[in-house]
Amino acid sequence: MKKLNILILLFIIISLFAVMPVSAQGGDDGVSDDEVNAIARDLFCPVCENTPLDVCETQACKQWRELIRLKLSEGQTEAEIKQYFVDNYGARVLDEPPKEGFNLLVYFVPPAIILVGIIVLFRAFKEWQGDDQEEYEDSSEGSIEPKRASADDDYMAQFEEELKKKK
Amino acid sequence: MTEENTPENSVRKGMPLWIQITVWSVMIALLVVVFVGLQRAREGNVQAGAETANFDFTMPLFEGYDYEGAQEISLTDLRGKIVVLNFWATWCVPCQQEADELEEAWQHYKPDGEVIFVGVDYVDTEPEALAYLAEYGITYPNGPDMGTKISQAFRIQGVPETYFLDRNGVVQHVQLGPFSSTQQIIGIVDSLR
Amino acid sequence: MLPSLGYGILVITFLVTLYSVAIAIYGQAEKDGAMIESARRAMLITLPLITIASAILIYLLINDRYEVEYVWSVTNRTMPIYLKITAWWGGQPGSLLFWSWLLSAFTSAVTLRKWDRDRELLPWVLVVTGTTLAFFIALNVFYENPFKLIPAGVPIPLDGRGLNPLLRHPGMIIHPPAQYLGFVSVTIPYAFAIAALITGRTDDRWTRITRKWTLWAWLFLTLGLVLGMRWAYDVLGWGGYWGWDPVEIAALLPWLTLTAFLHSVMIQEKRNMLKQWNMILIILSFALVIFGTFLTRSGVLSSVHAFAESEIGPLFFLFIGFTFIVSFSLLIKRWPDLKSKIEMKSMLSREALFLLNNLLFLSILVISFWGVIFPLLSELFTGSKVTVGPPFYERATGPVWGALILLMGIAPLAAWGRSTVKTIGRAIWKPALAALLFPIFALTTGITNWIALIGFTLIGLVITVTVREFWIGANARSKNKRLNENLFTALLHLIKRNRRKYGGYIVHISMVLIGIGILGIELFQTDTQQHLGIGEEINLAGYTLRYDRLDQFRHEDGRLITRGEMALSKDGKYIETLAPRFDLYPDGQPMTIPAVRSTLVDDVYVILVNWEGITRESTPFKVYHNPLVKWVWIGSYLFVIGILIGVWKDEESKEV
Repeated sequence: MKKLNILILLFIIISLFAVMPVSAQGGDDGVSDDEVNAIARDLFCPVCENTPLDVCETQACKQWRELIRLKLSEGQTEAEIKQYFVDNYGARVLDEPPKEGFNLLVYFVPPAIILVGIIVLFRAFKEWQGDDQEEYEDSSEGSIEPKRASADDDYMAQFEEELKKKK
Repeated sequence: MTEENTPENSVRKGMPLWIQITVWSVMIALLVVVFVGLQRAREGNVQAGAETANFDFTMPLFEGYDYEGAQEISLTDLRGKIVVLNFWATWCVPCQQEADELEEAWQHYKPDGEVIFVGVDYVDTEPEALAYLAEYGITYPNGPDMGTKISQAFRIQGVPETYFLDRNGVVQHVQLGPFSSTQQIIGIVDSLR
Repeated sequence: MLPSLGYGILVITFLVTLYSVAIAIYGQAEKDGAMIESARRAMLITLPLITIASAILIYLLINDRYEVEYVWSVTNRTMPIYLKITAWWGGQPGSLLFWSWLLSAFTSAVTLRKWDRDRELLPWVLVVTGTTLAFFIALNVFYENPFKLIPAGVPIPLDGRGLNPLLRHPGMIIHPPAQYLGFVSVTIPYAFAIAALITGRTDDRWTRITRKWTLWAWLFLTLGLVLGMRWAYDVLGWGGYWGWDPVEIAALLPWLTLTAFLHSVMIQEKRNMLKQWNMILIILSFALVIFGTFLTRSGVLSSVHAFAESEIGPLFFLFIGFTFIVSFSLLIKRWPDLKSKIEMKSMLSREALFLLNNLLFLSILVISFWGVIFPLLSELFTGSKVTVGPPFYERATGPVWGALILLMGIAPLAAWGRSTVKTIGRAIWKPALAALLFPIFALTTGITNWIALIGFTLIGLVITVTVREFWIGANARSKNKRLNENLFTALLHLIKRNRRKYGGYIVHISMVLIGIGILGIELFQTDTQQHLGIGEEINLAGYTLRYDRLDQFRHEDGRLITRGEMALSKDGKYIETLAPRFDLYPDGQPMTIPAVRSTLVDDVYVILVNWEGITRESTPFKVYHNPLVKWVWIGSYLFVIGILIGVWKDEESKEV
């Protein structure tokens, strides 16, 4: 019930407006749909779940696109319009968290973890290599002559075997 | 087979302690975060009996919808009065159904000044909102919910939702969805007087 | 009557499963063969039981029994019968039942295999899968009963609410089952892994038994992803197929760990190393399946695909905690047994490169997981919601995907044990030169984007290196007089002799073909939206679309269809007519259906922007130009072929 409220409302709205066409002409004020969408695609609808504003079908989103159009026709820049959206509807309208404060973690934690992974793996390599440098000569892959250490080894081995069978 | 592979020099070395500690703490942290998230998701809106002292807010008001001449309104300023806090939006159809009722109820209480109605416009655009307010002839203070801070504080689940706060700022009644009549609003407010 | 019967059967199944798990544990402890046999039989009964319950649900769905809440919520009278059947997984309760059914089927398949050969492992496998099954049935029994009746006293509705129109698409009929199959089949290798940990049989027995299972799981996970992408492309009208939505990522995460596992398990087979690591990967895969399912079904995260709010969260949470803690505790306990002597002679050996591959896949995992979980953290610590959207993921994972492609180009040339720059260099220079043809060709078509040029070079390298592998093998066979094979039969025999290896190479090629499509749409997609009157034109990327007519009519099932017709032409030459549509269902649900003209070079993708309001004088159209996107689908078909080759029974299989 609770969360459905909004959804049901939105559906009602969509259907209402779909039956009686609203006349919204692009380009009345010299701002094209493409210019509006260029900004709308970087913003997320504040009331729907994870839907970019340029493809959002609700009446509310239509209003926000009109707002972008209005602000553009007033000569505002993309940055100003985005800032207006953040001030009014919160940071969740941006497609990425703003690069400040706590949100910086979203950008720094994964590289840090990956870096730790690289270091651990590299050190492990060194350890595994260091263990038996002297054994290098009598390495495992017995039958194959060292010179032909290429990827076809296992195939070739199999191939030889097959030939033997054929004989 | 297993025997063969156990290095002769080391006796059954367990998982390094630092790895164990790291994994356990990450796992527990993750579970805690998810648990709290789950609690939040299941919590629902603020219920009757909740104190609003800790989620005070200052809301800018639309031009022409000021509160005693001020362009801002704050919940603490309203202590001593009964507050009817109504969340609405222009894209919300049921909000339109209850708009007249709310205004009528407001006119009913306006003269004696003991009850104050406040409209919180939830994620909306200003031009549309002003047109809406004018269309329904609404006169009580109204403003945008900047950054959805107020609606987050009340954890609203949709619009319309209306919260009735008593003179001490305690939520006494919550109305989810539209009101059916002016009498319903008046009945609730009168029960708080 | 029938609904109660259905529910009763579910309750019985739940009890039987619990019995089976309990008695299997007890029987193992007491070394009592009879008890374990009883557990096995009990588990085998669950499949017919759940099948009957599902059959009842389907019967109710087909026969419009709206006194059942679930039937009411996912079907209506106008839906054709096949959609009513697929409504089985169209909502939360039904899809949970579907999940249980699959799991029960898989468990039965395992239980029916030669039980005596693995007397040690199999009872514990039963315990693990049984516990999981009991959990999923419990969700149905206690929280999401698909047979729940509408409240007493409420009149039975005359018609149902109907399936969400977005789900009434052929793609949606196979996407969820494929996705669930993938998720569920991960349970089996996990169960064997846990059984190995419990019994201490930590040799490679469990990996050998589960090899095929893992490949099947991988196939279905991939199919689930691909079909989901295709569905999104065909139905959602967003001009793309992947939006980095939490639910999409939840499906991707286990795929990443499983892909890493498929590679690293080969090191275990060939060199008997890294047992600990493989164990971690398989546990992680299962944990991610459960965790992802939880995130998207409990209402914790918001997503376009999320199920409506549900009460299953707490129980799910307990199960996740239980899984994590038990798995990790067992892992710690058996850690010393899993130890193997590791020797890595060279950082360029095949095994070293596989490890690097694992590092890269896990990097993507870390990035994606962090991105999914971060909004939760942010709300928790700062109180404000944030969105982590496509730009974050694209920027962060892009270079990693690139590195993976480079690795696909090098690794096939590296030998097990040791390789040096010299041996690889000797093998790679010719394919690398040939690979340069790809970016050169791109340059001649006017592409100067450096990311694209690097991408095409890497993709070219993978293709030339892989093709060379096939060529060398087939050529050697065909040259041999004793085998008497021409080049083509030689190639077939080559693949047949080593299905897993060459199936894997085909998968590599398919991956880079998909890569071509992704590069195309990511870097070169253009779009425009314009309001047109009849006769007016849109120009985009050299194409011209002329708006010819607009029709509105009612479909026999009640849909109101608004259809625009546009003549597509290039350089003044007419190509075809595209008819984007907007369907309005009787219950008010809208659906935007794009018209697409697809070629190997590019797609022209047109939608009627119904949400801007359609009038005859001014009809809004949005046109996307998506270069190369068809390669995503071509690559996907090839991918399936590759896995099928790999998973097919080897003729000379020494296995079981």
